[in-house]
Parts: sequence; structure tokens; C-alpha cells
Amino acid sequence: MGVEQKLGNMGVVTTTLENVVNWGRTNAMWPMLFGLACCAIEMMSAQSSSYDMSRFGMELMRASPRQSDLMIVAGRVSRKMAPVLRRLYDQMPEPKWVIAMGDCASCGGVFNNYAILQGVDEVVPVDVYVAGCPPRPEALIHGVMTLYEKVKADKFVPTQEK
Amino acid sequence: MEAKLEPIVKALQAKFGGSFEEFRGEVHYFVQPAQIVEALTLLRDQHQFELLSAQTAVDYWPQTSPRFHVIYQLSSLAQNITFQLRVPVNGDSPTVPTAAGVFDSANWRERELLDMFGIQFEGHPDPRRILMPEDSDGHPLRKDYPLGYEEPQFTFNFEDIDLRKPYAKE
Amino acid sequence: MSQLQEVSVDQYRHLVSERALTGETMLLNMGPQHPSTHGVLRLLLELDGETVISCIPDVGFLHTGVEKNMEAKTYQKAEVMTDRLDYMNTMGNNLAYVMAVEKLVDLDVPVRAQALRVILSELQRIASHLVWLGTSGLDLAAMSMFLYCFREREQILDIFELVSGQRMMTTYIRPGGVWRDVPVEFEKAVRDFIKIFPRRIDEYETLLTNNPLFLDRMLGIGKLDAATALSHSVTGPMLRASGVNWDLRKARPYMGYEQYDFNVPVHTEGDTYARYLVRVQELRESLKIVEQALNKLPLGPVRSDNRKFVPPPRSEIGTSMEALIHHFKLWTEGFPAPKASIYSAVESPRGELGVFLEGDGGPKPYRVHMRTPSFDNLSPLSKMVKGHLVADLVAILASTDIVLGDIDR
Repeated sequence: MGVEQKLGNMGVVTTTLENVVNWGRTNAMWPMLFGLACCAIEMMSAQSSSYDMSRFGMELMRASPRQSDLMIVAGRVSRKMAPVLRRLYDQMPEPKWVIAMGDCASCGGVFNNYAILQGVDEVVPVDVYVAGCPPRPEALIHGVMTLYEKVKADKFVPTQEK
Repeated sequence: MEAKLEPIVKALQAKFGGSFEEFRGEVHYFVQPAQIVEALTLLRDQHQFELLSAQTAVDYWPQTSPRFHVIYQLSSLAQNITFQLRVPVNGDSPTVPTAAGVFDSANWRERELLDMFGIQFEGHPDPRRILMPEDSDGHPLRKDYPLGYEEPQFTFNFEDIDLRKPYAKE
Repeated sequence: MSQLQEVSVDQYRHLVSERALTGETMLLNMGPQHPSTHGVLRLLLELDGETVISCIPDVGFLHTGVEKNMEAKTYQKAEVMTDRLDYMNTMGNNLAYVMAVEKLVDLDVPVRAQALRVILSELQRIASHLVWLGTSGLDLAAMSMFLYCFREREQILDIFELVSGQRMMTTYIRPGGVWRDVPVEFEKAVRDFIKIFPRRIDEYETLLTNNPLFLDRMLGIGKLDAATALSHSVTGPMLRASGVNWDLRKARPYMGYEQYDFNVPVHTEGDTYARYLVRVQELRESLKIVEQALNKLPLGPVRSDNRKFVPPPRSEIGTSMEALIHHFKLWTEGFPAPKASIYSAVESPRGELGVFLEGDGGPKPYRVHMRTPSFDNLSPLSKMVKGHLVADLVAILASTDIVLGDIDR
């Protein structure tokens, strides 16, 4: 099972630091317990017995931004909430990721009016957008898996253009 | 008109004058702003309207006098009837006496009307905005306030909007 | 984007006690991001040690502009907004809005559609109370309640998905009836749920109702007397827990609720435990209504055949020119409603959900106001928490069963 099969006779595994660190990051990514609207209920469903997001090392929803790696913006962001959201993002330690869950967080959804921000990417940088109003828990889990792919492909060496 | 509502309308007419309209069994009774507190007290104490079900307003812009109707929807649990009071308010400096002394729920409702319509409630204990940010301008539910529609991003205009959209930085 | 503001005590001078101004008591901010505020509610607390002296709720962090947005849409299209107000009670919101439209344009609903509306909105009530039970259990550190309640809720959401294609934002109830008839699997799915659910309620009650830890947190906490509740326009289970027997399903029956035999649970204590009991008993009563309605579900059409307001069935469009014209007119222009206003209310899981609707003779509503129960149910919070501990505040807030989308609209 798992890593023991790859040990060989020496009890040593060779890999790159990138692989190990990214593997660690993806397997214990703690989302922030932060629900805004309808999507938050589906996020709770994803955590609950039928879907069980803890299969992916995400059973801990941290209530404090200081202890979380992932912000799932679950729901519509009003103009009153936007500065609060940005402050929460700023309080999260690096490295941090953002999933815009649902149509409202991604692009404003059905609410195209004075009160709702047309996409949370105007306030925080978004890594993965999950479509749906609200997205099914499976869709959220797919979004998380997509984020994992992105994290696993992270390079430590800065690229040329940076 | 429902039989139970007749004595109420009669009592109000005897005291305040004023007119009423009827639609699908609902009675809307018009009173002047200065009379509203007295009218609500009368209905609560003598006609058993214990519940102020809703309090809202309608903006009839560009009409100016009256520009707003403030609406008080009352329910009586004992008699199982509803009754609506309407207060016409002029557009320039709309002011109504507060009903917060009669029904506690009017406190937050009037803050909402102040926020959304800019109607001032005289003697209100806590006149602050309730839903919009404290530093926002204007009153969104007024008819002359724009909806704030932004052009949605589709395939054909993706580039245009992508260029001017204020994306956040790290 | 507005800026974050520094809060000074001067702003709240009229709401806090004298001692806050001298710094003797502490002002503490709770929310908008807090695990037990059930959304984005912000509370400003004045504390003397652990005791709450005063509590100033700050709402509006989810203000969505629904009422303004609905004015820009036709009567049919505005309905999608109602789903997203109180997102625990989507079917009930559809029902409230659709009933208001039907009252405004004077439209009849076939009996089968009425029975389906009753079944679905009662299932929604159960689902909503389950979310409440799960999350308030979570607030009081009863983690397993959350897992159990969401298990049953999934079963109800599956039924919704079966009839409407969506788990939460169903928009299934439409003016003049429902979207389309339920599939054949519907009856079996609901019967399965009716069969399994009473035992599940027993299970919840075994875990909570007589649990001494739970009773310690709930009994005598957050008392609200009937007079204060009425003055604050509190409705629904909260009012019934304060001893006032007021349920719109009984008082002003709509959609044929008078045919069903059910009780309205009333308790007189007015504390958080009474609210818990009312809601748990309502689970059983709602199930009774669902069963009765399903047993005598009449056959027949599910949509009114008044073509001025209700689109014709798909099959007719291919053969009838008139049907095609009606369909085209309804979805491009919408239907006109008279220049008048009405107020219509239903009993949502949280209380009286009223819709004030004013038409101007055109196809768009001139003004829609949603009288949402959570807004008023939250307003007496500052009176309920006075003198209690901060930990009790969490229990009291959970027992009010607020939904922020419902408050902020």
C-alpha cells in the first residue's frame, strides 16, 4: 500500500522537493468556514455524510482565516461585504487559493444590479471557478480536484517572465 | 367589503375623514402623515390589530405630490383580518412621524425605508442605514436610482470586457 | 467598492450603556465571518466579562437588491429571484410569489397543482427544519446531528431534483400551476421518505430532547414573551413557542390546506427549548400533511388553461397557431397585470412570508416587497440576549432560525 511499495530495499525514496511539498499541500488543504449565501448550504452538503469531502483531507473547516489555505467564496458578494472579504483574504497566510463557487461569485449570476459585485475576481484573485446556481456538491468537489491539479503543477523555481 | 372591516373603516372615517380603495377584498385606507401614529394606535388598541405584518413604500416618480406611499399592512390575530393603511408623502423632504412607539418592528422597517427610499421618520430612535454600507450615496429603491446593470461577458465581447474589468491583485 | 470603516463608540452612543463610554465594559465585534452567525450577520456586543449587556445586530452584508431587480423583469422571469431570497425555503418562496401574482391577475389553479404545491412546500419545510436542526446542533457541539440531518435532507433534495431538475433553486411552482406534471417515480420516492422519516425523528429526539447537556444549554435561555414577540412582528415557530397559536395555514387556508388534518404545535415557555420543541413537532405534522396530500392526490391538469397568463403545453405548439402566438407573446412580452396592489402571505418555515405586489398595467411589476420573516424574527434579539452569556447568545441565535438571504434581500 502507498509509499511502502516504492521503498525498495534501501528504505529510501527519491523525489523532488516540489513533489513532496505539493503533495502535502493538496492532501491537507483546509478551507475557511465562510459561507455567504445559497452555495454555502451546498458547501455544507459537500462536507456532510453523503458527499464527505474529508476523503480529500478537507474535513477541517477552519473558522479563522489565519489557519486556512483555501477560501471558498460560496455565494453572492455584496458591495458591503466586499471589503470584509478582501480583509479575510489578506489575513490568510501564504500560500493561499480561492475558489469562486457558483455563478454569483464567478460573474454576478442572475443578480446584475447595484448591490452585487459582478464576480469576486474584482476583489480577490480566483484560481478556480465553479459553475452552477448553486453547483452540486459533486461540482464543488470537482472544482477542488481541479485546484489540486493546479497546485501539483506549481513550480518553486520562478519562471523567466516573473 | 368584508363585514368585519366595515366598522373599522367607519371608525377611521369618523375620526380622520379620508378615503379608501378596495381591490380583491383588500381595503387600503388613506391617512395623512400627521395622523398615522394616532391611526395605528387606534387600530391596535380598539380593533385588535396586534401585528404590523409589513411596512413598505412605493415610489411614484416622476409624480411629486404625492411621490411616495408609505404602506402599513396590519393583521389582526383575534379577528383574522388584514387591513392596509397608506400614507401619501410628498417628494421634497419626505417625512412621516415614526411608528416605532406603537410597534417595535417599525424600528427596523423604518430604517430600511430610510435606507431604500430616503423617507425620514420623525422621532425615530436609531436613524441609521440598515442594508446599504454607511458611506453609500442615494436610495436604491427610488425609481430615479439606476439598476446598476453591467454588461455581461460573452464570447463575442470577451476581450472588450476582459480589458476593462478591474481584476484584483494578489 | 466601499471601504472598511473604523467603528467608534460614538456612533453607537444611543445603543450602548453608559459604562461602555468610559471603557468599563468591552465592545466586541462578532461576525460577519463567524461560524455560528449562520451567514454574514454582524453583531456588536457590549460585554461585562462574559455577560452580554447589549447587542447591536448589523445586517445587510448579503443585500442583493432583489426587489429592485424584480422591477426590471416580467412577472414570470422575476420568479427566479424569489428562489434565492430564503435559500432554505425555495419552494415556499415560489409559492408565496406565485400566489401573489395569481391574486393580482385573478388566476385559478387546478386542484392537482394545488396538492402538488402543498406536498412540495411541506417537504421543503421539513428540509428547512432539518438544516436548522443540524446547524443548531453543530452550534451546541452536537456534531452528529449535522451529519444525520443532512442525510435525510439529501433524500428530499433528490425528490426536488426528480420533479424540477434542480436540487435547490427549483422555480417549479409557476403562475397558474406548476412547471410540469411530476414523473411516475415521484410517488414512490415520497412514500419511501414517509416510511423512513418518523423513525429518524425518533432518533433525533433520542439524541437531543432529553439530553441533559442539551437541556442545560436550552432551558430558560432567551425568553421572549408573547406581547414583545407580537410587537416585534415575530411570526412562525418563534411566535408559537411564545404561546400564540397563529399559523396562516390554519388561519387563512390557501392551496386547500383546510382539507388536511394537522395540528399546530404551541408551547408557552418562549425559550430556546420551546422553539426547538415546536420545530421538531412540526416535522411530524408536515409529514402528516404530505402523506394525506399524496393519498388523495387528484388526477387532472397541473396548469391553468387560461392562455393569457399560462403558456400552452409543448405538444400544442406544433399543431395550433394560436398556441404558438400565445407562447411567443408570453415569453417575449409577458402578461399585463392590473394597476393595483395586493398583499398575500403564506406560512414559511420561519413565519409569515408576505408579498406586496403592485402592478402598473404593464408586464413588469411596479413594486415588489417581500415581507420576509427572518428580518422581524431577528429584531428582538437584543432583548432576548440581555443578561445571558456569550455562549448562550449562540444558542439563542440558532433558535431564531434566521437566514441571512431572507433578512437582507
